[in-house]
Amino acid sequence: MKEPVTSLLLAGVGGQGVLLASDIIGKVMMRAGLDVKKSEVHGMAQRGGCVTSHVRYGRKIYSPIAKEGDVDILVAFEKLETLRYLNFLKAGGKVLINEEEIYPPSVNLGDAAYPVDAAEVVRRQFKDVLVIHAPALARKAGNARAVSTVMLGALSRYLPEVSPDDWKNVIAEEFSEKLVPANLKAFDLGRETT
Amino acid sequence: MKKQETKGMQQQLMSGNEAIARGAFEHGVTFAAGYPGTPSTEIMEAFSRYEGVYAEWSPNEKVALEVAIGAALAGVKAMAVMKHVGVNVAADPLFTVSYTGMNGALVIVTADDPSLHSSQNEQDNRNYAKFAKIPMLEPADSQEAKTFIKLAMDLSEKFDTPVFLRTTTRVSHSKSVVKIGEPSGGGDRRSIKFEPAKYVMVPANARVRRVAVEKRMAQLKEWAETFPENRMEMGSADVGIITAGMAYNYAKDVFPDYSYLKLGMVHPLPEKMIRTFASKVKELYVVEELDPFIEEQVRAMGITVTGKKVFPYTGEFDPGVIEVGIQALQKGKKAPAAIPPRPPNLCPGCPHRGLFYALGKTKAFVTGDIGCYTLSFMKPLQGLHTCICMGASIGMAHGMSKALREKGKGKIVGVIGDSTFIHSGITPLLNMAYNKSDAVIIIADNRTTAMTGMQDHPSTGTTLQGEKTKELDFAALAKVLGIESVRVIHPLNLKKTTSVLKEELAKDGPSVVISRGPCIFLQRERLKTVRPFTVDTDACTGCQLCLGLGCPAISWKTEEGVVPLTGKKRKGFASIDKTLCVQCSLCFQVCRADAIKPAGGPS
Repeated sequence: MKEPVTSLLLAGVGGQGVLLASDIIGKVMMRAGLDVKKSEVHGMAQRGGCVTSHVRYGRKIYSPIAKEGDVDILVAFEKLETLRYLNFLKAGGKVLINEEEIYPPSVNLGDAAYPVDAAEVVRRQFKDVLVIHAPALARKAGNARAVSTVMLGALSRYLPEVSPDDWKNVIAEEFSEKLVPANLKAFDLGRETT
Repeated sequence: MKKQETKGMQQQLMSGNEAIARGAFEHGVTFAAGYPGTPSTEIMEAFSRYEGVYAEWSPNEKVALEVAIGAALAGVKAMAVMKHVGVNVAADPLFTVSYTGMNGALVIVTADDPSLHSSQNEQDNRNYAKFAKIPMLEPADSQEAKTFIKLAMDLSEKFDTPVFLRTTTRVSHSKSVVKIGEPSGGGDRRSIKFEPAKYVMVPANARVRRVAVEKRMAQLKEWAETFPENRMEMGSADVGIITAGMAYNYAKDVFPDYSYLKLGMVHPLPEKMIRTFASKVKELYVVEELDPFIEEQVRAMGITVTGKKVFPYTGEFDPGVIEVGIQALQKGKKAPAAIPPRPPNLCPGCPHRGLFYALGKTKAFVTGDIGCYTLSFMKPLQGLHTCICMGASIGMAHGMSKALREKGKGKIVGVIGDSTFIHSGITPLLNMAYNKSDAVIIIADNRTTAMTGMQDHPSTGTTLQGEKTKELDFAALAKVLGIESVRVIHPLNLKKTTSVLKEELAKDGPSVVISRGPCIFLQRERLKTVRPFTVDTDACTGCQLCLGLGCPAISWKTEEGVVPLTGKKRKGFASIDKTLCVQCSLCFQVCRADAIKPAGGPS
């Protein structure tokens, strides 16, 4: 018998905090008594390449990665990256998009165009799409680098298994003391976004 | 760096690598040596932070294994840790320590990289187990990784053999829930034992040990039949799957109801168990990434089995690959949207950018090596033209120069990073002096092992466990090896870099240029006071010279029209992202229109 599994896929660019965000989700779900596996590929991540992280949780998890067409929620930390991994999303899956644009080398050089209409392309295929301007909310929270925490806040509304406090407890542990208040605020601002 | 949070926590989310380090610590492993290499690096980093252990970065994997053999000979439980291609470097001692065995315990961790996420090849190191006659365990997740390092140590002691622990990127870098235990290694195991017949592998002794190895492997084959981590999980008898490692999880994910023979030990295989399992199921599959290592052995037993006929030889699997293979589905992968790729790139401010920009102007053929600088092969720098293995740049540059003779004069350059030079560059450089080479070797010295995430090495002056130590002087070393022309440059000074390269290429005989500029990640203090450069859009002529640097902070804005200051037509202008610029000044140096300005005046 197949046990029900929730699959998340976080996608972004090296340096955006994708890996830390997925660590936080993993810890939150583990503390909630669920089995968790998560997987990413790093090593060249600091150098501006794509970074993805799968997080899967439920009563019993075997594979740390989801197959194509099996992801429940795609969390894109960068607009263009949404399109790169859209094929992993299941029919009726949810998409969270950070409206930030980070140009890849070919766009910088003028060899390729940045797909500015990424969110519209996604909306044509999926109904449940939330677009967030995370950098603005992070700045409002008092730390421009808290983009990943804004995204976690937005994601948290879709994960009824756990409460905001469960998230905040882990966030408070994961960041150094002086960064905690801004990240907690960033979480709230992300969570309030509709 | 986060502290090791272990006290009072029963379970933790750990990567496979962290779990191996934890398991080793709990089981009384007190010694580890390795060389950084993705996906293995975090094992040594995590292990080195535990109380009471010795851990070192050795200059390369061969040295690391020899160091670990020495430690095991001294009676302790020791690990040698490396990525898959590192085992190639360590292969010389590997094949003979299989004969000698040890006094203590020795486990060699090999982290393979299916899909070449961060490697130059996709070799399947299970073949080394068979080739070197060494047993191999393969965990499937972090909890198993923690358990299996202990089992591997026990096996090493029980059979007086080195043991392989094989992971793949997906096991090393996935995180899953691990139960934390208390350390229970037990006691001081150190001792010196004189046993020349066992440890001096001259032919007469080695012939005796050769026989002992065969006997040991036969005993291990028997033992594998009762090893609890080789286990049958019987479900539906319609389909039986023999599998190991991460592939087990993928298969269970899509086919939880089939029968499984899950092998914790992939060499040697439990033949009787495999026969029994095969007899209980209607259809038998082997699910394994890369080579048909298990499949061929099962087939040699005379058992009908399906494997690579339906599963790929190349690339890592995922649950979908197994579903498609077993159900013989015709559906191909959905092609992702055609969007610009996002390859990793040299960071803004990277010192290598200046070096390769200047090098490109010389039109030389550049033999490259393994490190961040390898990324400069891409557009627009296109700064190096080969990458084979650690250290190859120097031997290849010498070989090309010798073969081309006068045709190669001033045209052959080898580029190698500081850590890579220490790993495998010293002997080929000696060879260049000895055999009177005419190539130029550049040591791209960014003061760290950057590609794998900033590890120390013999030229940084600090050890893995944070002690201050001797610092290798590259210039003095090159001189001592017999290289007469040795120059030191700062690669972010383009004019000087260009002139030194020209001079050295024009000289007869081998030269070494040390291109010294610290990795941007070593400049955190400086970065706090960065004043980014800006583009004066009235002055930018749209010549795109600055774009030729390939800096992630510089982008092109299309806007046809007339440049206000020059009155000439342009197709667009350059723009600098002030959140990315770290004030390295390369763009300022290349701009001929004086359009790139330092913030708040010249710095």
